Amino acid sequence: MSGEINHLLEFLLRQGDNTLVLGHRTSEWCGVGPALEEDIALANTALDLIGQTQLWLGYAAEVEGKNRSANDLAFLRDPYDFRNVLMMEVPNEDFGRTLMRQFLFDAFQVPWLTELQNSTNQRVSEIAAKSLKEALYHLERSRETVIALGDGTEESNKRMQATLDYLWPYTGELFGEDTTDQAMSAQGIAPVPSTLKNAWKTLVSRAFSEAYLKAPESDFAHSGGRTGFRHTEHLGHMLATMQTLQRSYPGATW
Amino acid sequence: MVSEQTVTSAQIWDWLEAVPDPEIPVISVVDLGIIRYVDVDSELVKVTITPTYSGCPAMSVIAMDIETELSKRGVSNLQLETKIAPAWTTDWLSEKGRARLEEYGIAPPQAAGGPERCPHCQSVKVDKVSQFGSTPCKAQWRCQDCLEPFDYFKCI
Ligand SMILES: [Zn+2]
Repeated sequence: MSGEINHLLEFLLRQGDNTLVLGHRTSEWCGVGPALEEDIALANTALDLIGQTQLWLGYAAEVEGKNRSANDLAFLRDPYDFRNVLMMEVPNEDFGRTLMRQFLFDAFQVPWLTELQNSTNQRVSEIAAKSLKEALYHLERSRETVIALGDGTEESNKRMQATLDYLWPYTGELFGEDTTDQAMSAQGIAPVPSTLKNAWKTLVSRAFSEAYLKAPESDFAHSGGRTGFRHTEHLGHMLATMQTLQRSYPGATW
Repeated sequence: MVSEQTVTSAQIWDWLEAVPDPEIPVISVVDLGIIRYVDVDSELVKVTITPTYSGCPAMSVIAMDIETELSKRGVSNLQLETKIAPAWTTDWLSEKGRARLEEYGIAPPQAAGGPERCPHCQSVKVDKVSQFGSTPCKAQWRCQDCLEPFDYFKCI
């Protein structure tokens, strides 16, 4: 068995690590949001994402069968064991980039979770149905905010365009296709993500035209996160903060 | 001490009415619609809960409160199960719960996606302040007539 990839486990880690890393990044805004309402909205979004993480990683831990929990997977793995797309781990930078990233992800997550509801794997379908309700709500807000900032002042438009140019090359990885994706598709557990690209593009293009923003033409995509082949330097720094308590005081509870 | 043989599920439902939502104490966990099933057999009382939001921090408090309440009533062999499917929806709020929310100053959820009226003065001229609020289940709105801000129970 050793050396053979457990595709279902890989798939579940990809789901749970996306929501975990984005959830943690989003939680970095807690207490420093640009306005009280935004601070609360960011904290609540982070909470939803961490809740979804518990479901995905909880199931991943069962499938792994090594007697580990969702918490163990979150707090005791090293950067190269993470399977999130790179876009999730880049720093927040500013409110604009944080909300643009949220929008680019939500616009993927809504059609993706919609499909996963039909998974032949009952657990996957249940987690997807639960998460989808939250993702729809997130999309409503991230879309509105991207449009408001794009169609805001000259300064806000300029910064949103710059952030879109920066994040765009990270979006391609959402639509990867490798042996795990093919295995999931063959078993009816999940569609191959690349089949969702058109739905995603339509959704984001419509918002960008309302926001007076222009998506870059290039299809160049950074990758390596969802396979664990190569993360950015940022993930290690983020995990150093996120994991410090469990690393320093193993098994600490409160 | 209640013997498990004599307790009925109707009684358990009744007792659960005394367990308040820790974040909105005017409604019970039954009003909130998170108690899905109560199964009673000769050995065991099983209560199945569906969480509101996947990351809602109140869920562990709710589980503890249910245990405390039922053990106070003499239920010694309780099993609490969490079930995420079908996913919780605000359609499961009871009519009594909706009315209590409004009395308390929280506008109950509406399929239209926003409050029907201000819970303070009943004006229909209301604006959204933020899509999120003080707990995962609420959003912030305000009234153009009485100028008071109020919570709206999000419809999901
Ligand atoms: Zn009013």
